[in-house]
Amino acid sequence: MKKNNFIATFIATLLFSTFLYAKEITITGAGATFVAPLISKWSEEYKKISGNSINYASIGSSGGVKQIREKTVDFGATDAPVKNADLEKDGMVQFPEIIGAVVPVFNLQGFKPGELRIDGPTLASIFLGDITKWSDKRIVDLNAGKKLPDSEITVVTRSDGSGTTNVFTDYLSKVSPAWKEKVGTANAVNWPAKSTIGGKGNEGVAANVTRVKGSIGYVEFAYAKLNNIPHINMKNLDGKFVAPSLESFKAAAAGADWASVPGMGISLNNQKGEKTWPITSASFILMYKNPVDKTKSNETLKFFEWAFKNGGKAAENLEYVPLPANVTDYIAKNVWSKIQK
Amino acid sequence: MADNLSQNTVFNKKKLNLKINRIARTQYLQDFFFHKLTLFFASLVLIVLVGIIISLIISAWPILKESGIGFFFKNEWNVVNSKFGGLSSIYGTLVTSIIALLIAVPISFGIAVFLTETCPIWLRRPLGIAIEMLAAIPSIIYGMFGLFVFAPIFGDYIQPALNSTLGQIPFIGILFSGPQNGIGVLCAGIILSFMIIPFIASVIRDVFSIVPPVLKESAYGIGCTTWEVVTRIVLPYTRVGVVGGVMLGLGRALGETMAVTFVIGNAHRINASLFSPGSSIASTLANEFGEAEPGLHYASLFALGLTLFIITFVVLFAAKLMLANIDKKKGVKS
Repeated sequence: MKKNNFIATFIATLLFSTFLYAKEITITGAGATFVAPLISKWSEEYKKISGNSINYASIGSSGGVKQIREKTVDFGATDAPVKNADLEKDGMVQFPEIIGAVVPVFNLQGFKPGELRIDGPTLASIFLGDITKWSDKRIVDLNAGKKLPDSEITVVTRSDGSGTTNVFTDYLSKVSPAWKEKVGTANAVNWPAKSTIGGKGNEGVAANVTRVKGSIGYVEFAYAKLNNIPHINMKNLDGKFVAPSLESFKAAAAGADWASVPGMGISLNNQKGEKTWPITSASFILMYKNPVDKTKSNETLKFFEWAFKNGGKAAENLEYVPLPANVTDYIAKNVWSKIQK
Repeated sequence: MADNLSQNTVFNKKKLNLKINRIARTQYLQDFFFHKLTLFFASLVLIVLVGIIISLIISAWPILKESGIGFFFKNEWNVVNSKFGGLSSIYGTLVTSIIALLIAVPISFGIAVFLTETCPIWLRRPLGIAIEMLAAIPSIIYGMFGLFVFAPIFGDYIQPALNSTLGQIPFIGILFSGPQNGIGVLCAGIILSFMIIPFIASVIRDVFSIVPPVLKESAYGIGCTTWEVVTRIVLPYTRVGVVGGVMLGLGRALGETMAVTFVIGNAHRINASLFSPGSSIASTLANEFGEAEPGLHYASLFALGLTLFIITFVVLFAAKLMLANIDKKKGVKS
């Protein structure tokens, strides 16, 4: 009799706990590695208040687009925006969720972070392999009063396909017609400079830049900052030299007209403004207008709604720039409204 | 009474026969099913192998249809314009593997000779175990060691030294000129050699130890030096096995992925200089699969995979064939 009681309690507990468990929903997402630290931080905080968890696979932007097209995830994340025509074809919506920046980094003896100054066309010439020495007149002219060594430049790039490369090459295409014609914009390009060495991931580029003397590369801002890799100050569209910082990224986002491109897929590279950092980009989320699993889709929206309202501080701690309030309002009104609830 | 007894025995015999038959039948059935089951498991391997080849060919078909055999000889890899040729990756794979063999074979040979001929007995086991431990280190560790420890030393000291000595010789000097930043084809080849030394050394040691002692003892008895014993007795006896071991090492070098990706520099370019960055088939796949768009890029990566598969398959097949031959010869005077 006692035993039976025990079993009954056990079964009741089991049923009850599955019932509780069933109420918690796991949202799955996949895509850009760039936003992975942020989404994991957000989901950790979100789980505390909602009980729902977000299972995000950081498999790269192209992977994210592929997964959402195959409907294996509730949302996809990509650094390079998907074209509006493709969005329409697939019945998807796209909205930015965070802003980040790419910074050129370098390794030159006697130069501290930010002490080297370069403008867009010169940067493009270096990555094109037209400028091969640090003592080139074009670099010297930008750095009056500094002594630049007569050493070779080693160009360090990402060897794996990456949204970071996409943002960086998009910027170079904007400032240099030669780059646009010869190389172009993509997640992985055919690097023309002869001295190019490729590193896998931000960490691979960082390892090579910190190790190889006279090298120049590009990484995500957060990565450069957290690892103390010397950055280069860039000349922006207004002709001012700026240091990469949350303020200069915010300045880039402030002037942007998100509504100008359907699908919100605008580029924040080379924006106007005195304080604007020129290599800035948003990262995007993809979702279906008519989702297969409406509960999960609704929960995903709730998560981003929460993140837009309460996630700003966590984002800034991780060196990302949260979207301005007018942009998140615009997203809620014009993008999320298209998703069937 | 007696009649009755014999009748009983006959009856018992019949019963026994029936029983035996039944047991035999079940045993036969058991054996039959066991045979079929193991056959099924064994053929699974074959099915997987053939399946992989077929799926590689199917996935690589778009680029093979477009470029044909030219894919393997075109030195261009441009994702933006969708122009793909595998030559630079194939070149990188072959060159790094050849460098690795050039370094690893003499060293492994020395290790094996020392272990089987001149090593004090008490040192044999620890040394042998140490070599096998080297083989057990995961390749990513070799990659990290290569990038963070070996490449800086290589770039700061060894490359300048090579450049000022070998680099000054006409013709082959060009191999040792170029950027001295530690990373490149030569560095990848050297890291690969570290990785395959334990494989080659342990195979060579094993085949050396099957040489009948009577042969070696006779040679020592007529006054041969260790060198003479190794080159005149041991090597001729084990030639095929040694080559097989080297091929096994080559097989590993060809397919090595992570360690090479870390140190080869990952540039789709063919350069005369061994100091300059390059790419191997495996490193290209590791770098680009994650972000490859469906289409020609994807197909080209599969075509590279197919190429690597064919190269390693041929090498390993040759190695197995040679090692099989030496097993037959065991104990027979050659």
